[in-house]
Amino acid sequence: MKVWQCVVCGFIYDETKGLPEEGIKPGTKWADIPENWACPDCGVAKADFEMIEV
Amino acid sequence: MKQIVVLGSGLAGYSVIRELRKLDRDIPVTLVTRDSGDYYSKPMLSNAFAQGKDAAGLVLTRAADMAAQLGITLLAKTEVQAIDRANKKLATTAGELAYDRLVIALGADPIRIPVQGDAADAVMSVNDIADYAQLRKSVQGVAHITIMGGGLIGCEFANDWATAGYKVSVVDPGPYPLASLMPEQAGRQLLAPLAEIGVDWHFGTSVSRVDRHENGYTLTLADGTQLQTDLVLSAVGLRPRIALAQAAGLAVNRGIKVDASLRSSDAAIFALGDCAEIEGKVQPFVLPIMNAARALAKTLAGEETPVVFPAMPVVVKTPAHPVAVLPVARDAVGNWQLRANSDGVKMAFLDADARMSGFVLTGRYAAERNEMSKLLGQPLPAGTSHEAKV
Repeated sequence: MKVWQCVVCGFIYDETKGLPEEGIKPGTKWADIPENWACPDCGVAKADFEMIEV
Repeated sequence: MKQIVVLGSGLAGYSVIRELRKLDRDIPVTLVTRDSGDYYSKPMLSNAFAQGKDAAGLVLTRAADMAAQLGITLLAKTEVQAIDRANKKLATTAGELAYDRLVIALGADPIRIPVQGDAADAVMSVNDIADYAQLRKSVQGVAHITIMGGGLIGCEFANDWATAGYKVSVVDPGPYPLASLMPEQAGRQLLAPLAEIGVDWHFGTSVSRVDRHENGYTLTLADGTQLQTDLVLSAVGLRPRIALAQAAGLAVNRGIKVDASLRSSDAAIFALGDCAEIEGKVQPFVLPIMNAARALAKTLAGEETPVVFPAMPVVVKTPAHPVAVLPVARDAVGNWQLRANSDGVKMAFLDADARMSGFVLTGRYAAERNEMSKLLGQPLPAGTSHEAKV
């Protein structure tokens, strides 16, 4: 499980936790999130995310 | 060479280049910045403290790597002194630079409210990563911090520092937190949750004097209250940087005036971000910048594209009591209606035709912003939802 961070606003996506309030279940891999998903805080597209080390 | 020159390495400047490179890898681009050119997320400046991040830890991509990834020439630590529009040339501290098209993304300066006292010059503000580095240095031995301004940035800092273990006082001449963004009933929701983590509020007054006292400062407020504090931060708002554009004879008002295509009064010069006034509106915050950057990138790549802004809720990063708001214009006609209120509020702004044109969600409702955005422009059922206990 990895953690990803939005390069625009710093929003963190933790695969372990998922985003249940957005319908993304805990344990959902980054790769399995739809391409049309956007950062809930700033609206950038999935392609603009950058992986950070955990 | 027909090059595009971008001024400013903040979110606006880098985003327009990033979006342009998705469409065109070949147009030569030069980025001029007085900063280092390191890429960081500005919104993180007001929530990095509790995470223990120093300035270097906030850099997401070093300047040299940005230049390589984007295939651009980067002129860092370089100031632009003048725009010669007739000859399409810039005078900079690194010499002359020709442009075919120019993008101004210089951002905004913190507004400073004049205060009296022998330590008036000790008041800090945090508007970029260098300021943040300075702030981190200044907090050695600090126990109590005072923030001037209870708006978005002031509240985010207050929450961040209180979480990091500091005592925080917030001083604001307005009546309640976030007063420029939302009605009183919503703004007041922040009072108790932030007080619980160590924030002490002073509304309806302002800082008049800052005087040195032992290792810290004595603040005198307009209402006569005195506070002992160790550090004073001003977060009262931003003023678009328009001096360079104004000196070049471009049309300016509060910001650099641009049309929906982000084009200024000179057809070869564009502006976006905190320095721009798009069709009469300065639109700070992240979402307008991202939308403007995408539209401008298309225009620069050859496909004229006016920006169309979707609903752009603003998220206030106050984990003690989260807030999402779609603000309405100050002169909007209509009413705020309370829809629900347990552990926060859900409020909708209904216009004269009873259609929703704005909302505010606090506490446990903050996560519902996408659902609320979908209801915009629609008539809401009369009355309040079953959860409301008015």
